[in-house]
Amino acid sequence: MAKLRVLVAKPGLDGHDRGAKVVARALRDGGVEVIYTGLHQTPEQIVEAAIQEDVDAIGLSCLSGAHMTLFRTVMEILKEKGIDDIVVTCGGIIPDEDVTKLKEMGIAAVFGPGTPLQTIVDFHRNIAGK
Amino acid sequence: MELVERLLRGDKRAAAKAISILEDYDKKAADVLGAIYPHTGKAHIIGITGPTGTGKSTLVFALAKEFRKRDKKVGIIAIDPTSPFTGGALLGDRIRMGNLTLDEGVFIRSMGTRGHAGGTSRATADVIKVLDAMGMQKIFAETAGAGQSEVDIARIAHTSIVVEMPGLGDDIQAMKAGILEIGDIFVVNKADLDGVDGTLANLSLAVEQEKPSGWKPKIQLTVATEDKGVSDLADLIEEHYDFLKQSGTLEAEGVERAREELRAALTHHLFLRVFERPELIGEFNNLVQMIAKKEMDPHSAAEKLLGLAGIA
Repeated sequence: MAKLRVLVAKPGLDGHDRGAKVVARALRDGGVEVIYTGLHQTPEQIVEAAIQEDVDAIGLSCLSGAHMTLFRTVMEILKEKGIDDIVVTCGGIIPDEDVTKLKEMGIAAVFGPGTPLQTIVDFHRNIAGK
Repeated sequence: MELVERLLRGDKRAAAKAISILEDYDKKAADVLGAIYPHTGKAHIIGITGPTGTGKSTLVFALAKEFRKRDKKVGIIAIDPTSPFTGGALLGDRIRMGNLTLDEGVFIRSMGTRGHAGGTSRATADVIKVLDAMGMQKIFAETAGAGQSEVDIARIAHTSIVVEMPGLGDDIQAMKAGILEIGDIFVVNKADLDGVDGTLANLSLAVEQEKPSGWKPKIQLTVATEDKGVSDLADLIEEHYDFLKQSGTLEAEGVERAREELRAALTHHLFLRVFERPELIGEFNNLVQMIAKKEMDPHSAAEKLLGLAGIA
């Protein structure tokens, strides 16, 4: 009866949370417990919230262009703390050439604009095996 | 258990994992609860309830900051509704509490109600035990936005706070049974809005009567977004806790709480005795069909299931 829990977070300074909210709602409708932390979170806050909420996955959203720096910091803090049981995905305005680099960092999936919501829901259900 | 040893030392990751075990009620749940139980009973549990939109999360955030100033470790459980249709939930109380996330002396956990009515979830009381055992001194349990009869929290909390705001209802609302009967402290939040006098007049009925313990409910005005009235509210919370301890109420209510907990655990375990067995789930589904066709009534069907589970 383990429930799938996903943290949806917006690191950094941009205030565009429409996408994050649409994804959060789609996951909710997909039977997921979504923890939404709101705007302007630091990578430290995101990782700590993920720890306290014991989530299976973190979804990062960034539309400011600072995704490489911010997402990398999140991945580094997770590694520092020895956390390897949380899947990280991301979305936002992310150029194609960054996708490979993000995956090399350990980000499991990049959901760019136009990704069907069902794809995101299915991805989470499958990867967590729940 | 290694997990429990770590959480007893205050390890947040271990505590978070233990909470999930209790929420999902997996195989380790009984062991975890058994191991932490002797280490519980030290915390002051404060329930925060009230209608949606009155500012419960913001108030909890403000109170948590205030108690941190007073050197208390603060645990927060924020409960939001689970969809009865999909089982999903959007837990958004952290939005208003972001700045506390990195505070060493604070632990925040969001929970869905997961099909439980009454503004709490089945596991709320158990999860509070984890925060208690890990050393949190003030534990706030914020219910899902409550209507008139979501009073479960009063059975869990030592101090129940009902949050209202100006303009919500007339004096007849205040006379109805339910949520207004459980408040040890009533907060009129957003007290910078018009209509405070009317709300106070309505609440005056609710605070007129002493509780069986002899405590007379108090009213506090706050503007949580500006921390106004929050320090006074924290004083009232401490005053109520002192009263509970000195009057012997804390101990007496502890027995009542234990009774409720056993009752709830019994219900849950009876449920599990049926739903842990695949063949009985099949029988359950058969009986559902029979009930729908009026071939059997629900009570007889329940008796039958208990019989098959070897209980009746």
